[in-house]
Amino acid sequence: MLRVDLDILQQWITPGSRVLDLGCGDGTLLYSLRQSRQIEGYGLEIDPDQITACITRGVNVIETDINRGLGHLGSKSFDTVVMTYSLQTLKRPDKTIAEMLRIGKECIVTFPNFANIRARAHLFFKGRMPVTKQLDWQWYDTPNIHFCTVKDFEALCREQDIRILNREVVAGQALDRQLKGLWPNLFGDTAIYHLSQ
Amino acid sequence: MQKSFPENSVGLVVPRTYRFDEPLELACGRVLPGYELVVETYGERNHDTSNAVLICHALSGNHHAAGYHSPDDKKPGWWDHYIGPGKPIDTNKFYVVALNNLGGCHGSTGPRSINPETGKIWGPTFPPLRARDWVQSQSRLAAKMGISKWAAVIGGSLGGMTAMRWALEYPERVGHCIAIASAMKLSAQNIAFNELARTAIKSDPNFFQGDYLHHQTLPRTGLGLARMIGHITYLSDQLMGEKFGRELRSGSFDRGLDTPIEFQVESYLRHQGEAFSGSFDANTYLLMTKVLDYFDLAREYDHDPVKAFSQALSKFLVISFSSDWRFSPQRSEEIVNALMAANKDVSYARIESDMGHDAFLLPNQRYEAVFSAYMNRIARELGGEV
Repeated sequence: MLRVDLDILQQWITPGSRVLDLGCGDGTLLYSLRQSRQIEGYGLEIDPDQITACITRGVNVIETDINRGLGHLGSKSFDTVVMTYSLQTLKRPDKTIAEMLRIGKECIVTFPNFANIRARAHLFFKGRMPVTKQLDWQWYDTPNIHFCTVKDFEALCREQDIRILNREVVAGQALDRQLKGLWPNLFGDTAIYHLSQ
Repeated sequence: MQKSFPENSVGLVVPRTYRFDEPLELACGRVLPGYELVVETYGERNHDTSNAVLICHALSGNHHAAGYHSPDDKKPGWWDHYIGPGKPIDTNKFYVVALNNLGGCHGSTGPRSINPETGKIWGPTFPPLRARDWVQSQSRLAAKMGISKWAAVIGGSLGGMTAMRWALEYPERVGHCIAIASAMKLSAQNIAFNELARTAIKSDPNFFQGDYLHHQTLPRTGLGLARMIGHITYLSDQLMGEKFGRELRSGSFDRGLDTPIEFQVESYLRHQGEAFSGSFDANTYLLMTKVLDYFDLAREYDHDPVKAFSQALSKFLVISFSSDWRFSPQRSEEIVNALMAANKDVSYARIESDMGHDAFLLPNQRYEAVFSAYMNRIARELGGEV
């Protein structure tokens, strides 16, 4: 996770609140939120090495296969449910988002924007599935199975009556950063959404 | 000639017995006039003994958790894979205390001890115990040993239940609680297996309603059978298949041969039963299985596990094993869910293993990694690092 994503995300987290991080990786985000926002949190993760990394860091981590559902977690049992860069790896992202909105009072979702100009150019000029610095996988071995764009995501929000509290797009390149305000779906490479039911 | 021990072993260990003369009021209402606990320790205590960890044993365990009693010992203590220098419970960092629970048959006061009021062996008249009685007796042991707070209380199976009871009974005296392959209570199927084992013991003509010692005999067949039943439930179908398959130990299916046929698994189980029945006490086995059956973490908390865990001040690590069907991952996940709902610090790992319930005793790379990472974190906290 980039520093800039983290800064944006942090401002939407209430100090002292209770946070659930789906696909928490090595626990960097929860650790950082504990330092900056004094949150109490848990991460859900499935990768053994990442789980060990969380434990080493002293971050609460619960081994969980998110694809099997989160029915064991109580409704509105967390202030904020966060999911960074895992949406595209899920079997049914729509169902997981619905679960996140049930469990948390608010949700924050970040994902790579597949309509980014670099991905579009890759597909257009090379005629091959985009492989970018951010998404450095081949089509056959990628864990990312459900790509979407900023427009796709907002369409899903409309269909499911999800309220978008805030939206930010982040761009790595300087030029893109200037243009992402006008054309977020073209120049943003990461989208960050703050949602509620 | 002195045989050398493996480098990562705690080496030669000597048990020590602590005597308690203050009567112990038990959960059943009866009072134990006094008792003894046999204890082993590994590693050195730090200046304020804040590095002490307590090991709670499972159904048939004892105080001999690591190291060797003599250079001729074929096997080390029961959790030697996990206790020792450089191992997950690192004796270079922690002062490890392991004891034989009250009611045991390896040196602590139990059914084989003398009842001071009658001058006779307790036998079947030894009072029934609960996990909370163990916790209370162990808290007195801690006081006697100058341990005001455990850095961690750790146990697998029934030991994990004891560790959780510690976290609820003495919240301020437990830093971390580690419950491995455990549960908040047994399922009906689990109780059924225990009852089967108890019935096997009681059906032995040498049982004499538990008075076998007065008849100078032992219910070895019944106890062996009980162990065989238990043993099947501690392994997985897959492991038994890999280990024994349908291999024959003796005999043949060839026509014309009528020598008795014996599968390897039959011989293995019989051996397990025989070895166990010679070293364990039948009344202790009955007592321990009853402690297991009666254990219900949340009973006194309106059957609400969240309310129960709200008492705790410790942090938790919960570990389960994929092929464990006696204490399945779901049981551990119930613990985790209740801890999360009670807003307690908890981490959980579900370890992939073919070893069934016994996995918590056996080498497993991922289990060791998770366990080490957590213990190292405790050690860092003790050292004042963040």
